[in-house]
Amino acid sequence: MSVIALFFYLFATVTVASAFMVIASRNPVHSVLFLILAFFNASGLFMLMGAEFLALILIVVYVGAVAVLFLFVVMMLDVDFAELREGFLQYLPIGGIIGAVLAIELILVLGSYTIDPGDAQTAVQPIPDLAETSNIKAIGDLLYTRYIFFFQLSGLVLLVAMIGAIVLTLSHRDDVKRQNISDQVNRNSKDAVTLRGVKSGEGI
Amino acid sequence: MDIPNLALAMPELLLAGGSMILLMIGVYSGESSTRVVTGLSVALIILAGVWLVWVPGTGEAFHGAFVMDPFARLMKILVLIGSSVAIAMSVGFARLENFDRFEYPILVVLATLGMLLMVSANDMIALYLGLELQALSLYVVAAINRDSLRSTEAGLKYFVLGALSSGMLLYGASLVYGFTGHTGFDGISAAIVDERSLGLVFGLVFILAGLAFKVSAVPFHMWTPDVYEGAPTPVTAFFAAAPKVAAMALLVRVVHGAFEPAVSDWQQIITFISIASMGLGAFAAIGQNNIKRLMAYSSIGHIGFALVGLASGSEEGVSGVVLYMIIYMAMTLGTFACILAMRRVDGMVEEINDLAGLSRTNPMLALVLTAFMFSLAGIPPLAGFWAKYFVFLAAIQAELYILSVIGVLASVVGAYYYLRIVKLIWFDEPEQGFVPMASELKIVLVGSGLFTIFYVVIAGPMSTIATAAARTFFN
Repeated sequence: MSVIALFFYLFATVTVASAFMVIASRNPVHSVLFLILAFFNASGLFMLMGAEFLALILIVVYVGAVAVLFLFVVMMLDVDFAELREGFLQYLPIGGIIGAVLAIELILVLGSYTIDPGDAQTAVQPIPDLAETSNIKAIGDLLYTRYIFFFQLSGLVLLVAMIGAIVLTLSHRDDVKRQNISDQVNRNSKDAVTLRGVKSGEGI
Repeated sequence: MDIPNLALAMPELLLAGGSMILLMIGVYSGESSTRVVTGLSVALIILAGVWLVWVPGTGEAFHGAFVMDPFARLMKILVLIGSSVAIAMSVGFARLENFDRFEYPILVVLATLGMLLMVSANDMIALYLGLELQALSLYVVAAINRDSLRSTEAGLKYFVLGALSSGMLLYGASLVYGFTGHTGFDGISAAIVDERSLGLVFGLVFILAGLAFKVSAVPFHMWTPDVYEGAPTPVTAFFAAAPKVAAMALLVRVVHGAFEPAVSDWQQIITFISIASMGLGAFAAIGQNNIKRLMAYSSIGHIGFALVGLASGSEEGVSGVVLYMIIYMAMTLGTFACILAMRRVDGMVEEINDLAGLSRTNPMLALVLTAFMFSLAGIPPLAGFWAKYFVFLAAIQAELYILSVIGVLASVVGAYYYLRIVKLIWFDEPEQGFVPMASELKIVLVGSGLFTIFYVVIAGPMSTIATAAARTFFN
């Protein structure tokens, strides 16, 4: 067994196992930590395929930003997870049936799946030779030309997400004290500090 | 390096650029700019519609991901009408119900942009992104009244179920991509001709499940009554009209554009959801007391009737669907204009019993609402009858006799709850009258009322337009 195959099975096994632990773990903080582990191993898989840009982006974006955000949310929201799980068993029969049906379907589908060796030749956009061009250049060449439409649309989806977050959470309340920088800068010692001669043993 | 044919996507570019400019206007001039932004949003949508009517280009852009054809043009004009009317109807409500958010018209414009992209989508990725742009805006708009528990609940429910349906759609799209090697609709339909594997059928089922959620067809309808009831009424009016038209157009394009060769596979699925939607729409609406909930079940039923046309898989069928969506939109916008006019001195009311004796307190409103109810029930010679007539005609021509019989029976059962409202309006003792309605509601009422009542006069040209649009898929 070559080293690459060994690492592939190592990363793949840990990814699947930690993905399972994400939903199986009782403590939500543990779930998020397992999610981070899954991301790291998935990025290892990307690395093995020679897609180093995607591997690093996965770590920077998903581990660096998304998972940490999850962690904050999980820690800051006071959710009683024991209470959430109370009705869990009640839904087990129907959930189990749906899961079993889906599993059978998946087995049927994947059992019939064969990758046509001709697909690589007829692909809409062939994978460029990695020895000649870098990952980033190959992605950029496609993203900003052929897929510019989708790229711009994704931008609009993100804009809507941003507007939505602001609309649903930002509130202009009068009783909130805000920082006023010009007031702070304009303050000087004459207005702010007064000297009093206080006799000992007496208050002001 | 080739420059894409941007003229084809001009309405989309207008809405995208315009919404950002409006956002800037809104942000820099604060809440006081709501009226200006609302007016400009309507103007922007009308401008996009004028472009669509005046510049008759057809073709593909962005490597086939975006398509502009007669079908897309007609459905886009319809979507733009629905959105602009929905924004216009919110003005009076915004003034009286403390709903002054300049973000609302902007989000509607962005949702409209998503709908236009859905109608023009000719690629799985474009389909998903258009759908998501539209859906994300709708989730926010449903919860926009964030001080109301019902509104936030509606938004959250819609979001969670919508995310689930998007997941199913994506799973189906990935299966289809895996088994055909294409994301473009042309490539998919070319690949299906050669062979049809089991995996592809699974992909089709998942995609149809995701789309059925968006048109709120049974068994993916659960969100509809709660969201319709919880969302502020102008938002509900918007939800009931334009997004349904866009999602239906997308469904037509997916089954006739991408999965045309697999007609026997999707025909079964469409027939089933059509029967289920008609049945549930007819029976579940009977027990409702809230008129917005009633309209939710009514819209589920109407989607079922429109799907009858799609199930027939013929040119007549698609033309019937197009015609159905045109008439459905006119009736729905008109009915919601009536619902928005249900305002007493102490605020909005939305119980069906509040309409009792409307014929004596406000005869004109009573007359128009009665016309809409008769039309929704499908009583000739009103528009709703012709809508049903053409879809059932297509189904009979396609020899779907059982589907047609069930459809007609469901229509008879459904007539009960529409006629109950008519009975309340004309024969029950009046309660306290409604306050005079805003002028923009009057315009919408007159327009949609005239369309519904005198549809017979324009039935010929309307059928010609619908047939021309349907021919897109059959040549």
